[in-house]
Amino acid sequence: MKIYNSGKVVIGLIIFIGLVTFPFFYNKGKAIAKPEPKIDTPAIMQLQDKKCVEPRDFMRAEHMRLLNDWRDSAVRDGKRIYVNSEGKQFTISLQNTCMHCHSNKKEFCDRCHSYVAVKPYCWGCHIEPKENKS
Amino acid sequence: MGSIVSLIAVIVLILIAYTGVKAANLHFLFGVVIPYAAVTVFLTGFIYRILKWASVPVPFRIPTTCGQQKSLPWIKQNKIENPSSPFWVVVRMALEVLVFRSLFRNLKTQLTDGSRLVYGEAKWLWLAGLAFHWSLLIVLIRHSRFIFDPVPSFLHILEQFDGFLQIGVPVLFVTGVVLLVSVTYLLIRRFFIPIVRYISLPADYFPLFLIIAIAITGIEMRYFTKTHIVGVKELVMGLLTFNPKTPEGIGWIFYVHIFLVSALFIYFPFSKLMHMGGVFMSPTRNMVNNSRVKRHVNPWNYPVDVHTYEDYENDFREKMKSAGIPVEKE
Repeated sequence: MKIYNSGKVVIGLIIFIGLVTFPFFYNKGKAIAKPEPKIDTPAIMQLQDKKCVEPRDFMRAEHMRLLNDWRDSAVRDGKRIYVNSEGKQFTISLQNTCMHCHSNKKEFCDRCHSYVAVKPYCWGCHIEPKENKS
Repeated sequence: MGSIVSLIAVIVLILIAYTGVKAANLHFLFGVVIPYAAVTVFLTGFIYRILKWASVPVPFRIPTTCGQQKSLPWIKQNKIENPSSPFWVVVRMALEVLVFRSLFRNLKTQLTDGSRLVYGEAKWLWLAGLAFHWSLLIVLIRHSRFIFDPVPSFLHILEQFDGFLQIGVPVLFVTGVVLLVSVTYLLIRRFFIPIVRYISLPADYFPLFLIIAIAITGIEMRYFTKTHIVGVKELVMGLLTFNPKTPEGIGWIFYVHIFLVSALFIYFPFSKLMHMGGVFMSPTRNMVNNSRVKRHVNPWNYPVDVHTYEDYENDFREKMKSAGIPVEKE
């Protein structure tokens, strides 16, 4: 099989193969640990019933929508009480409810968020918690 | 008819992945084996097709030009439309690939009043095609958050622009919507424009339905049912580091999504989707129009045995003389 203009064709193919296989080379030999968000803050350890406002699987999938609903309800409608699926009441507040238990943003929120490159805009309005870097 | 066959094919693909994961628990097959196979087929098939095209000689200069050729110094050359140097070929090709310049000139031909031939503007195909290809590219680049660790910073910039409208959480990406709308237009136009409908084949409908299904499953996972996204990245990183695993808790929709994408990749080298590589191989676009400057010899020319008049006379001189035919040499 004679290839015409082989120089240009080969250059094009090398660029193409390079682009397709780049992710393999970029990650070569890396052992990428899966993120383990930490839930061992003092506030959580003191809890008798270690439960978030909703079940774990719901929180994992829908926490962003819940937070968004909380924002709308607190900021726009002035309602600051959330009743969860078990009928328990919570104060709608990122800083006083969520961050009270999850006071370790770097080891809780950021673990998964930076793993999958999510940049939530919570901290565009809220003040980011100052944590000790230990 | 072709559209129904294609639609059924895509539905069957979805059902295969759904039952395979839901009923038969073949997570490893759909999450690891088929994606690997798809990348392999895609790469080898793509290279094979390109080499096959490259092995066909294009002996003549056949660029389609629509501008003034390089001529006398006082005649202004249209360098993009009628390139006389490789640089302007690259410019022309780049414009073709990036903004579909030749499609922009697409015309609608119609007979009005029964017999009057009228050419009209037809920019919708160009617009939808451009919107579709660009949003597909951006959606593809956005997926790099699953294939790189750490994720490169340009992705955040891209996502910021893409999610500029800040609608809902997770933020609505405009390209996802544009992708789905434009690809739907490209499909509907095949249904409703009679001329286009007449020439549409299953090979035209199938990729459209497939891409629509991929887009819908993707949008579904991002905005509606949600998948276990950390698990998905674990799976993808496992594939990329050749350390495959199928984490728990990833819903079946993800497996349908990745199976459809694998199907698209496998289908790619065998189909019209090869225009991705083929556009660079099109002789009417990638050639310098210099046929009046340079002689281009046909590569399959073989030396032709020439029998000159001199030889002829040498062979038949005596016979010619005896028949009274004048000869040049005695």
